[in-house]
Amino acid sequence: MITAAAFYIFAFVLIAAATMVVTSRNPVHSVLFLILAFFNAAALMLIAGAEFLAMILVIVYVGAVAVLFLFVVMMLDIDFARLREGFQRYLPIGGVVGLILLLELALVIGTWTTATEASDLRLAPNPGGGVSNTKALGQILYTDYVYLFQIAGLVLLVAMIGAIVLTHRRRPGTKRQDVAAQIARSGSVNLEQVPTGVGIGELGIRRPTLPEAPKPKQVEHADHHGGHH
Amino acid sequence: MNWTLALPEIALACAGLVILLVGVIPGRNTFFGCTMAVIGALLLAAVLVLGQPEGTALGGLYVADAFSGFMKILALLGAALGLVLALDFNRRESLDRFEFPVLALFATTGMMVMVSANDLMAVYMGLELLSLPLYVIAAFDRDNGRSAEAGLKYFVLGALASGLLLYGVSLVYGFAGTTNFDRLADVFSGNGGVPAGVVVGLVFVVAGLIFKVSAVPFHMWTPDVYEGAPTPVTAFFAAAPKVAAVALLARVLLGPFGDLAAQWQQVIILASLGSMLLGAFAAVGQRNIKRLMAYSSIGHVGYALMGLAVVSDEGLRGLAIYMLIYMLMNIGTFAILVGMRRRGRAVERIEDLAGLGGTDLGRALWMTVFMFSMAGIPPLAGFFGKLYVFLAAVQGGFWTLAVVGVLTSVVSAYYYLRIVKVMFFDEAPAEGGLDATTPGLAAVTATTGIFNLVFCLYPAPLLLAAGLAAAALLG
Repeated sequence: MITAAAFYIFAFVLIAAATMVVTSRNPVHSVLFLILAFFNAAALMLIAGAEFLAMILVIVYVGAVAVLFLFVVMMLDIDFARLREGFQRYLPIGGVVGLILLLELALVIGTWTTATEASDLRLAPNPGGGVSNTKALGQILYTDYVYLFQIAGLVLLVAMIGAIVLTHRRRPGTKRQDVAAQIARSGSVNLEQVPTGVGIGELGIRRPTLPEAPKPKQVEHADHHGGHH
Repeated sequence: MNWTLALPEIALACAGLVILLVGVIPGRNTFFGCTMAVIGALLLAAVLVLGQPEGTALGGLYVADAFSGFMKILALLGAALGLVLALDFNRRESLDRFEFPVLALFATTGMMVMVSANDLMAVYMGLELLSLPLYVIAAFDRDNGRSAEAGLKYFVLGALASGLLLYGVSLVYGFAGTTNFDRLADVFSGNGGVPAGVVVGLVFVVAGLIFKVSAVPFHMWTPDVYEGAPTPVTAFFAAAPKVAAVALLARVLLGPFGDLAAQWQQVIILASLGSMLLGAFAAVGQRNIKRLMAYSSIGHVGYALMGLAVVSDEGLRGLAIYMLIYMLMNIGTFAILVGMRRRGRAVERIEDLAGLGGTDLGRALWMTVFMFSMAGIPPLAGFFGKLYVFLAAVQGGFWTLAVVGVLTSVVSAYYYLRIVKVMFFDEAPAEGGLDATTPGLAAVTATTGIFNLVFCLYPAPLLLAAGLAAAALLG
């Protein structure tokens, strides 16, 4: 009873939040509603017994992906009013396409038959025998398919190397930390007991003169019209 | 979990990680050292492959047999020779970053995964691990517009091919209920009809794989990518990945889908015919020698696919021999193309070879050997490659394939011999002949050239190895 009530509450909030993602005028609000939708979906997964997926959804999607979306939305200066300009004009043809898709979906769902065992499997995410959800996933990912998992890791590594190789450039004038030089630096630094209340100039301690810092490049602002922040 | 069977792949991948780490730490340029280390790792992996027992491992995802051993040795050899070609060229074009050999190593790992795949998922993962580094090294000369274009074009079309392959795999999985090759073979061996979905999926899988071997009708990326990529990268593309992709195609079609040969045979026959014809006729008008080699490689894939299309022991043996000979003559040709420089600048037009017979007779003679071998003129190795696939086609009663193969060989002989004519009978341009080659390139040219010359004297061990490989797959 409570489960059912919780399910309907979370499902309702999920759908409402998802609708708001699409309809809200401010893209930042969209992303915030998306986060709300993620939380509710995680709650639904908890009800279904998939606690590992629920946590992953919160950690990965809310913690990383949604924040990334937020950054992207704030960095790209998208003019949503302009994007919506053609809405009225394209409404008829868009509506026809949507209607056809809806009919097709109705046809598919109308002829859908579920296997008799499906209803038993649906709410039994664990293989049974006291194996927890997390352990079952780990068994598949890290034991049965460890070969593919490792190859996937290599693919990601290659993607990272590729991105660095194709875009990274060594600029002249960047200051890098040279650990060896830092450690090897001895003798040039010495501690001195300085009496308080006296300026160091009066004690005869000279500050080393700083090397001339390279001047930042002059950026021409004259031909820069775009951007209104 | 019997993971020790996959020792060559594991050793190669670990070596790649170590070389990546060792290469990135010193602040200076480690290109030469890393390339040497990668070549060493590839040779180590080849030794491990030679000592590899047979069987399946890693939950049925991995298989090692005589076929995988043969093709892996070819791929490793091709990759190692390809890296030797890059040593000097990359230094002169300031592409000498240590990531290049590391990416080539990971691509080679992908090839080995592909060749040893015993599951459609492993096929896809291997293919991606092969393709991703190739996209990057195609665009390695990132400040050059053509190289960047080659990388982008290859990436977009390659992603499309991966999509086609995945679509086919998901259809096959949906209708057959498994992705494991042995289980798929069991499912299809029953005498009940095969669902239409499986056939559609099979065609999509074949389309995705044919893209990787650059056969007609999925060849359109080849000339642009071969022309735009830096020359050693083109040499790498034309050798090792092609061997691995052809091997994968053979394994997928003859393994799980062996009983559906009637369904895929026409597709392969059409691809073979189209590739032979396009390779012969489209190359005739080319002026850029890398573009010419691209069309030539399309034609050669057509001949190799003929061995697959006949679905017989002889055909598969012909395919294995063909890939071996094709790879070695291709590497040899590219060893000469990579060394084509005039006054320190790389040149790549056919006219740039003019007068080479007068200025550098040795190199011109080796180039002649390779061109005659490519054209299939006896007693060079290229002739035997074609002989075995034509023989298999005739024995299997595929007269159309054999006749078209012979005729297109004659047509393609025209443009191979034209290069010989340009080298020996055209006047050298006023600005002088080509620069002297480097010892590394000369060594690769000589090794592969001698192989092409002496293959006819003692082909028995290679024929035997190819025969064993074919028997392992069809057996």
